[in-house]
Amino acid sequence: MSYSYSLLARALLPEMMLVAGALLALTYDLILGRRHTLGERRSAALWIGATALVAALYDSVSIGVLGPVYGHTLRLDQLALATRVGVLGLALLTLGVAAGVKATRHPAEYVAIILFATTGFTLMAAAQHLLVAFVALELASLSLYVLAGFDKDRRESAEAALKYFLFGGMATAFLLFGFSLIYGATGELDLTRIALVLGHNKMTLLLALALVMVLVAFGFKAAAAPFHLWAPDAYEGAPTPSAALIASASKLAGFTLFLRLLWPGLGALAGDISTAGNTGGWLTLVALLAGASLLLGNLAALAQSNIRRLLAYSAIAHTGAMLLGVIAAQIAGAGPLFYYVATYGVATAGAFGVIAVLETNGGGQKITDLAGLSRRSPLLAGCLAVFILSLAGIPPLAGFFGKFAVFAAALKVGGVAGPAGWLTMLAIALSAVALYYYLVVLKQALVAAPAPANSGRIRVPAAAAFTLVVAAALIVVLGLFPSLLLNFFELRPV
Amino acid sequence: MNLLPYTIYFSFAGAVLSLVAGMRSAATARAVALLTTVACWGLTLYAACGFTPSSEMLTLVDVLWIPQLGIRYHLAADGISLTLVVLTGLAATAGVLFSWNIEERTGEFFAFYLALIGSVYGVFLSADAFLFFTFYEIAIVPKYFLIANWGSTSREYGAMKLALYSFAGSALVLAGLLWIYASGPAEGFGLGQLAQAAVTMGHREQLAIFALIFTGFAVLAGMFPFHTWAPTGHVAAPTGASMLLAGVVMKLGAYGCLRVAMPLIPAGLDFWQPVIAWLAVAGIIYAGLVALVQDNFKFVIGYSSVSHMGFVLLGLAAANPLAVAGAVLQMFSHGVIAGLLFAVVGRMVYERTHTRQLEVLRKMPLHRLMPFTAVVFVLAGLASMGMPGFSGFPAELTILIGTWQVSKVWALAAAVGVLIAAAFTLRVIQVSFFGQANSAALPSTPDHPLAPVTWPERTGAILLLAATLLIGLKPDLLHNWIGPSLQSPLMQAIWSGGAP
Amino acid sequence: MNSFPLLTLIIFIPWLGALLLAQMSRAHPKIIRGLALLFSLSTLALGLVAWANFTPAAAGYQFVEQHRWISFLNVSYHFGLDGMSLLLVLLTGLVAPAALLASWKIERDTRLFSLLLLFLQGSALGVFLALDFFPWFIFWELSLVPAFFLIKLWGGPGASRAAYQFVIYTIGGSVFMLLAFAAIFAAVGTFDFVELAVLAQNGGLATKMSGPALTAIFLGVLLGLAVKVPLFPFHTWLPSAYAEAPTGASMFLTGIMSKMGVYGFFRILWPLFPAQLHAAAPVLIGLALGGVVLGAFAAMAQTDLKRMVAYSSINHVSYCLLALFAVSSCGSEPARDSVVPALSGALLQMFNHGLSASALFFGIGVLEVRSGGKRGLNDFGGVRTAAPVFAGLCGLAMFSSLGLPGLNGFVGEFLVFRGVFGLAPWAAAIGCLGLFATAWFLLTFWQRVFHGPVGPGVAGFKDLSGLEIATLAPGIALMFVLGVWPQLLVGLFNPLVTAWSGHLP
Repeated sequence: MSYSYSLLARALLPEMMLVAGALLALTYDLILGRRHTLGERRSAALWIGATALVAALYDSVSIGVLGPVYGHTLRLDQLALATRVGVLGLALLTLGVAAGVKATRHPAEYVAIILFATTGFTLMAAAQHLLVAFVALELASLSLYVLAGFDKDRRESAEAALKYFLFGGMATAFLLFGFSLIYGATGELDLTRIALVLGHNKMTLLLALALVMVLVAFGFKAAAAPFHLWAPDAYEGAPTPSAALIASASKLAGFTLFLRLLWPGLGALAGDISTAGNTGGWLTLVALLAGASLLLGNLAALAQSNIRRLLAYSAIAHTGAMLLGVIAAQIAGAGPLFYYVATYGVATAGAFGVIAVLETNGGGQKITDLAGLSRRSPLLAGCLAVFILSLAGIPPLAGFFGKFAVFAAALKVGGVAGPAGWLTMLAIALSAVALYYYLVVLKQALVAAPAPANSGRIRVPAAAAFTLVVAAALIVVLGLFPSLLLNFFELRPV
Repeated sequence: MNLLPYTIYFSFAGAVLSLVAGMRSAATARAVALLTTVACWGLTLYAACGFTPSSEMLTLVDVLWIPQLGIRYHLAADGISLTLVVLTGLAATAGVLFSWNIEERTGEFFAFYLALIGSVYGVFLSADAFLFFTFYEIAIVPKYFLIANWGSTSREYGAMKLALYSFAGSALVLAGLLWIYASGPAEGFGLGQLAQAAVTMGHREQLAIFALIFTGFAVLAGMFPFHTWAPTGHVAAPTGASMLLAGVVMKLGAYGCLRVAMPLIPAGLDFWQPVIAWLAVAGIIYAGLVALVQDNFKFVIGYSSVSHMGFVLLGLAAANPLAVAGAVLQMFSHGVIAGLLFAVVGRMVYERTHTRQLEVLRKMPLHRLMPFTAVVFVLAGLASMGMPGFSGFPAELTILIGTWQVSKVWALAAAVGVLIAAAFTLRVIQVSFFGQANSAALPSTPDHPLAPVTWPERTGAILLLAATLLIGLKPDLLHNWIGPSLQSPLMQAIWSGGAP
Repeated sequence: MNSFPLLTLIIFIPWLGALLLAQMSRAHPKIIRGLALLFSLSTLALGLVAWANFTPAAAGYQFVEQHRWISFLNVSYHFGLDGMSLLLVLLTGLVAPAALLASWKIERDTRLFSLLLLFLQGSALGVFLALDFFPWFIFWELSLVPAFFLIKLWGGPGASRAAYQFVIYTIGGSVFMLLAFAAIFAAVGTFDFVELAVLAQNGGLATKMSGPALTAIFLGVLLGLAVKVPLFPFHTWLPSAYAEAPTGASMFLTGIMSKMGVYGFFRILWPLFPAQLHAAAPVLIGLALGGVVLGAFAAMAQTDLKRMVAYSSINHVSYCLLALFAVSSCGSEPARDSVVPALSGALLQMFNHGLSASALFFGIGVLEVRSGGKRGLNDFGGVRTAAPVFAGLCGLAMFSSLGLPGLNGFVGEFLVFRGVFGLAPWAAAIGCLGLFATAWFLLTFWQRVFHGPVGPGVAGFKDLSGLEIATLAPGIALMFVLGVWPQLLVGLFNPLVTAWSGHLP
C-alpha cells in the first residue's frame, strides 16, 4: 500500500483540468468578457469548457488504469476509466446542448458549474473510500441543484431546484447516516477493508439499518421508485442542458459509485435472490426498487403529455432496468450495466438536445409541439428518431443491446425461477408497453403535420447540430458494435 | 450464393440513397428504389440458379460479432430461406411498381420501404438467433412509419396496433430466447447451440419456452386470436406496404416459428401441437367467415390473409415433412397472391374510384371500365381460393395431406376453410367488379373518367400472376429446394418429436 | 401407344383458341365467332381421328401420354382414352360447337363469351381424359370458372345468385373430394387413377387404411361427384343455374358438365371403392330413384320451360346412376346378362341425354328469342303453324328425350331398364314412374306450346333460320341414326363394359 502523492496527482489530473477550466472560464468572463455581447461570452465560456473537458478526457485516457491510488482512497480500474470517459463525454454533450439554447445571463458561471459537477462525477467514478465518495457525490449534487435552478426568470426552474435540493438533501442525510453506521459496524471507511471485515461477520441489525439507509439514499439519487418524486418536476423545470446532465452523466457516475459501494464493498451482505424465498441482503431491496421503478415509470409515462415529464418517467423506468443491471453484475460484472447507462445517457441527453433546440424556436414542452418536426428540420427529426428508438430498445441502436445484455445477465442470476428472472420477464413485458409512449413522440415528430402557427423551418446552431449528429452516430455505432464498449470489461463477477 | 448477403446491404444502402435522392426529385427516388429491389431480386434468382439442394445450411458469412456473449454475425441459407428470399425479391419489386404513384415525401417512403425489405432479407438469412431477432425487430419501425405516414383509413391506429402487437410478440420471443441462453450451457446464440442447451432443460421449462417463442412469432403470422392487428394494419397501409405486410412480413412470423421455435424445442411442439392446430383451424374458419360479411373491399382481403396464414400455421403444427413443405409453399404462394390482391384493391381500384365500400363499387360497372384490372383480380381471386393450376392449390393440398396423417378432424376443418375461402372470394369478385354485370341497360359512365392502367401496374401484376401460375403448375421448382432442407439435423429433431 | 400427343391436342386446342381470342381486338365479332367455331370443331375432328385409330377390343387405355410432373406429390401428366372417354369426347365435339352456334347472335362482348366457352370445352375434355387426380382436378375445378362467368354475365335476372350458388355447391362438394384424395395420398402415396384402381383390386387400399377411414374417404369422393351430377338431394343448385344461364351455356351445362359427374362415378368412385359402393348401393339406388321420380314430377309442376327441362335433366342423368348403383348392388355374383345391358345403357344414356337435352334447351332459346324473353309453358300456343320446321325438329328432340322407340333415347333407357330389372326389379318398377311422368310433361310441353290455338304474338314467329337449322340438325340426325343403329356407339365401349362385368369386385 503506497501513499504516493505523485501518483495521486497524476490520477487527479483530469479533475485538475476541469477545475482549472472552470476557474479560467470565470476569470475570462470577469476580466475580458464584460466588453463582449452575451452571445460572444457564451461561446467563449463554452469553448473554454469544452477544451477543459477534452483535456480531461485526454488525461484520463493517457493515465489509463492505475489500480489503487493513495492507499485505497481511489481506485483507477477499468470501470473508473470507462466511467470517467463516459461522464466527460456526456458533459461535452451537455455543452453541445447548451450551445443550442438561449444564453443564460451568466454563461460563464453556468459552464463553470457544469465543470464542477463533472469534477464530482469523475471523482465518483474512482472513489474507493466512503468519505471521498461522499464528498464527490456532494460536489456533484450541489452543482446540480444550482444548475437546475439556473434559469432565474422561470418559476418552474426555481421550483425544480428547490424540490431537487430538498429531496437531495434528505438523501444526503440518509447516506451519511448509513455510512456512519457502516463505519460504526466495521470500523473502516475504505471499501476494500470494509469488504474484508464484512467477509468474517454476519448480518446484524445495525448493518441492515445501514443498508436500508444507503439504498434509500441511492434510490433518491438515482430517481428509483418510490423515491422518484423529484424527478419529473426537476426534468420539467430545469434548464434543458441541466436536465440533460442530470439524466445522463449524473446517472452514470451514480451507478458506478453505488456499484462499487455495493458489490466489492458490501458484497458480503448481498444475500441471494436466485431463488424465491431467500431474503436478508441488499439484493432484495434493489430488486424491489427495480420492480417498482419499472412498473411505475412505464405506466406513468403512458399518461404524459409533456415531453420532459415523459422523459422523466422513462428515466425512472430505465432506472429500474439499470438496477436490474446492478443485480446482474453479480454474474456478468459491470460491463452490461455500464453499457446500458452510458448509451442511455447519450440517448437521453441527445433527446434533451433536440428539445432544447426546439424550445428556443418557439416550441413548448407539449408532445404535440413536436408536430411536423420532420418537415421543419429533417436533421432534428432524424436525430430524435435515433434517440427515442434507442430508448425504446429497437435494434440496431445501442439501447437495444443494452437491454439485451442486462437481461441476459440478469436471467443468469438463478434463471427464470427466481426474483431476478421475474423482474427480467417483467422488464421485457413492459418494454412492449414502453414502445407505445415512445412511438407517440415519434408520431408527432415524423408523421403529424406541423401546426400552422409553428411551421417554419428550424435553424439548428452548428455546434448543436454537430453534437446531435455525433451523439446519434455514437448510438448507432455502439449499437452495431457493442464490443467497442464491452471490451473494456471482463465478463465476470465484480 | 455467396452474394445473397448483399441483398441486405443493397437494401439498406438503397434506403439511404433514396432518402437523399428524394430531397431532389421524386423520380430519382423511385428509380433508386426500383433499381435496388430489382438488383436484390436478381441476386436471389442468381443464387437460386447456383443452388444445389442439400440438407445443410449453407453458411454465407460467419464472423464473431459480440464475443462477450458469443454472438456471431452468421448468415446462412438453405432451401427454405432461399424460397422466401426469392419471394421477398419478387414482392418487393412488385411493391415498388405499385407504389409508383406516391408523390408525397417519395424519398422517405422508399427509404422506409427499403429498410423494411433489408431487414426482411436479414431475417430470412440469419442463422444466429440474436441476429435473427435483431433484424426481426428492425422491421417493426419502418412498418409503423409506412402506415402512419402514407396510409389511409385510421392509419395511426392501425400503425400503432401493428407496431405494438409485433413488438409484444418479439418481447415474448426475446424472453424465450434469453431463458434458454440463461439456463447455462449455451455459449452463444447460434440456433444449434441454443437447441443443444434447450434439450438439457426441464420438460416443463421447455414447454413454457416453446409457448413463449412460438406465440411471439405466431402473432406476426396472424395466428388467431392474435390476428387482429392484421386486418386493420393491412387496411390502413398504403398499397406497397400492405403488399409487403401480407406478402412478406407475415411470413417472418411463420418463418420464425419454423426456423427458431420448432427446431429449438421440438418437445414443446409435441406438447402444444393440438393447441396450435386448433388455433390455426379456428383462424382459418373464423377469419374466413368474417371476410364473408365485410363491406369494405380491403378488409375482405385483410381477413383472407389471416385465413390463409392459418393454413401455414396448420401445416407447421402438423409437424411432418410433407405438411411443413406445404406450409412453406403456402408462404410463397400467399405472399404472391396477397400482394396481387392488395395491389388490385389498394392501387388499381381505390386510387381510381376513391372508395373501398363494396356497396358503392357494386353500382359501378367496373369490369367494363377497367377490364385489365378485372381480369387480374379474377385470376388473383381464383388463385386465392385455391383453384388448381395456381400456386395456392399444391400448397393447400400438401398441407391437407400432411395434416390428414396427423389428425383427420383438423384436415376436415381445413377443408371447410377452403370452401369458405371460395365463398368469400367469389362473393367479393361478384360484388366488386361484376356488380352491374347483368343489368340490362349499359350503365352510364361515371362522372370522372378512370385513369388508364399504367405500365408499372401492368408489369407488377403480370410478374405476380406469372409467379403464381409457374409455381402452381410446377411446385417442384420450390419443393426441390425445400424438401432436402427439411432433412437438416435441426429439422430432424422436429420430426422425431424431441426424441434425440 | 404412339408418340403423337393426340389427347394433349384434343384438350389444349380449345384453350389455345381461347388464348388466341384473348389477343384479338374485339372489333371483329364475326372473325372471332368464326375462329371460335373452328377451334371448337377441332375436338370433333380429332375425336374422329381418335375413333378411327381406336381399337375397341384392346384392354386398358389407348393414346396414353405419361410424363413425370410433380415429383414430391408423385403426380404425372397422365392422359389416356378408353371407350367411355371417347364417347364423351365425341359428345363434347358435337355439343360444344352447337352451343357456340346457338350463341351466334350474342352481341354483348362476343369475344369473352366465345373465349369462355372454348375454355369450358377444354376443361371438360381434360376431365374426360385425365388419368391422374391432380390434372383431373385442375380441369374439374377450372371448368367452374367459365361456367360461372357465362351464367353470371349473360344470364337472366337471377343469374348472379344462381351462378354463385352453382359454384359454391360444386366447390363445396369438390373440397371434400380433394380432402379424400389428400387422405388417399397420405396413405398410399399416389394420385394415379390406374394405380389406385389396381390397388383397390388387390386390396392394397384396404390394407393401408382402416375401414372407417376408407368409408369417410368414399363419402368425400361421393359427395364431390354427387353434387356435380347432381344426385338427388344435392340437385338444388341445378334448376336455377340451368334456367338462368344463356342458351349456349345451358346446352353445354346440361350436355357436357352433368356428364362430368357421371363420368367421375364410373372412372373413380366405382373402381376405387367397389366395396363401399356395394355397401351403400341400396341407399344410393334410393337416391337415384329419387332423382328419377321426383325430378320428373318436379318437372311436371313447372311452368317455366327451362326449369322444366332442367328438372328433366335430373331425371335423365339419374338413370345412368341408377344403372351403376344397381350393378354394384349385386355384389360378387353378377347376373352378367343384366350387367352388360345396364352399363351399356348408362353410357348410351349419357350420350343421348347430351344430345336431346341440349337440343331442347336450344329450342327454348329459340322461343325466347322469338317472343322477347318469354318461356312460360302457357305463353305460347300453335307454334307449329307459325314455324313448322322448328316444331318438327323440337318435337323430335322431345320424343327422343321421352324415349320413343326408333329414336336414340329409347335404346338407352330400354337397356338401362332391362339391366336394372334383372338386378333390382323393385327399383326398375319404381323407375317406371319416372318414365311415365317424363312422357306426361314432355307431351304437355309439346301440346301447350306447339299445338292449340295460336297464342298472342306467336303468329309472327319466323321459322328457323339456316344457322339455327345448322345448329340443331346434326344432333337430330344423330338421334335417328342412333335410334336405328345404336351399335355404332355401343361397339365403342362394348368390350369395355364386358370387361367391367367380367371382374366385378
